[in-house]
Amino acid sequence: MPNLNKLKNLSGKMSIVGVSESDQIGKVPEKSPLALHAEAAINALDDAGFHLSDVDGLFTAGWSTLDIAEYIGVQPRYTDSTSVGGSSFVIHIAHAIAAISAGYCEVALITHGQSGRSDRAPQERHLGIPMVQFEYPYGIIGPPSSYSLACSRYMYQYGEDRTRNAMAEIAVSTRKWANLNPKAYFYDKGMTHDDYHNSKWVSWPFHLLDCCLVTDAGAAIIITTNERAKNARKKGVNILGVGEGHDHSMISQMPDLTKAFGIKTGPQAIEMSGISINEIDLAMIYDSFTYTVLVSLENIGFCKPGEGPDFLLEKSIKPGGNFPLNTNGGGLSYTHPGMYGIFTIVEAVRKLRNEAENRQIENCNLALAHGTGGLLSSTATVVLGI
Amino acid sequence: MKNDYNKPLPIPQPESDKFWNGLKKKEIWVQKCSSTNQYQFYPRTHCIFHNQNDIEWVKVSGDSTLFTYAIVYQAPMHSFLDDVPYVNALVKLNEGPIIPSNIVDIEPDPSNFKIGMKLKPVFVNVNKNFTLLKFRPA
Repeated sequence: MPNLNKLKNLSGKMSIVGVSESDQIGKVPEKSPLALHAEAAINALDDAGFHLSDVDGLFTAGWSTLDIAEYIGVQPRYTDSTSVGGSSFVIHIAHAIAAISAGYCEVALITHGQSGRSDRAPQERHLGIPMVQFEYPYGIIGPPSSYSLACSRYMYQYGEDRTRNAMAEIAVSTRKWANLNPKAYFYDKGMTHDDYHNSKWVSWPFHLLDCCLVTDAGAAIIITTNERAKNARKKGVNILGVGEGHDHSMISQMPDLTKAFGIKTGPQAIEMSGISINEIDLAMIYDSFTYTVLVSLENIGFCKPGEGPDFLLEKSIKPGGNFPLNTNGGGLSYTHPGMYGIFTIVEAVRKLRNEAENRQIENCNLALAHGTGGLLSSTATVVLGI
Repeated sequence: MKNDYNKPLPIPQPESDKFWNGLKKKEIWVQKCSSTNQYQFYPRTHCIFHNQNDIEWVKVSGDSTLFTYAIVYQAPMHSFLDDVPYVNALVKLNEGPIIPSNIVDIEPDPSNFKIGMKLKPVFVNVNKNFTLLKFRPA
């Protein structure tokens, strides 16, 4: 079990000093995934005012750090290719502060790059794993079919109509945030509740507008000690709490289809931070699907199991509302290249640094970012403060 | 039986050969822990409940209930284009374990499904080497 007393000693000792996306995100067929990694890394270093030669820790997912380090041009003394789906890059934050505090490195670079839309060399999974052996033959393949099986069970347990209304509200409000973000794929396109309900079925109970985008994008994060953060170009964002873990790979092995591992990682990150969940000013919750957001809010502890739909009705998650959620437009309407988790951090840092322009929220001092990876398999929660 | 079957087929591993070979004979073999009497799916070389390897293979009837389902309209691979809409399901065997499958012999409309409904096994030979285990309403 995680030792919370030890973890509390780590709380607030490290900072995020740089974040960035790649130059372009969305539809970027003219750039390889490695180029997206590198572009984001260079941009994040520039944001931090650091140089490539400062980087001594490298973290990535979906690739070996061998290939990423060689392409970018760094020679890391600590590397971590933990790859457990879209939550991986949030997990890397936990790993980076552990590595830095233990003395393995001082400046950690986390990079992401995926051409989910335009890749010339798409990757496939190992054909011997149980998921491919026991689920693929039946056409239980990929996130929509797996997540919809979980959502269907949630609807059975907690009511279909109220769940549907909550999912519609998440889709429509997230789009409203995207309409404020020029980098968002659907910046120029609105969405009404009717649009949501009339969109075609992908895998019932999921409409098309329950599902995230498939885009090309890269992003990167720079983490260092508070001491070295003083040399950064901007004020660092403190890493207050982290939690990570997973409890299954394929959906048929999920212990409880209505509870992802956020039930562990959310409370851990909050407790390590020494804050109360009510103090969170911004929630960046991985939205592979509308349902992912609904269940994650419950899992983390913003409300009780099955009460997500009521919570979303009581709060207001759209721009100007009292519970700012996925304010970049999310995986649903901003960008989702395959593993989106790193973008929750990029947005949280921008909000905490008061850099989010016309979608900035007032008095944003504490943000929670929550990644979900695989098939509701892995989660990671990070609490950030300024 | 189709010879041009082009959907993904299992690549059985040594510990799961008995399961896949059983299906060819219309038999469902699952693993049970001799100590705790709990069933586990999929087959493994050890018991996941208490970390020992005192597992035995047991033949079960396939009588089961619907644990959850989803109706796929957008084919995840080209080879499923002719099948949509089809029904994915997690099926709870009466002995306890949950297995991934499809529900067949039913119109794929949510009004026809009730979670908890009773199911019977259907053995679908997809080629000379493989039989898939699907389910229909009992």
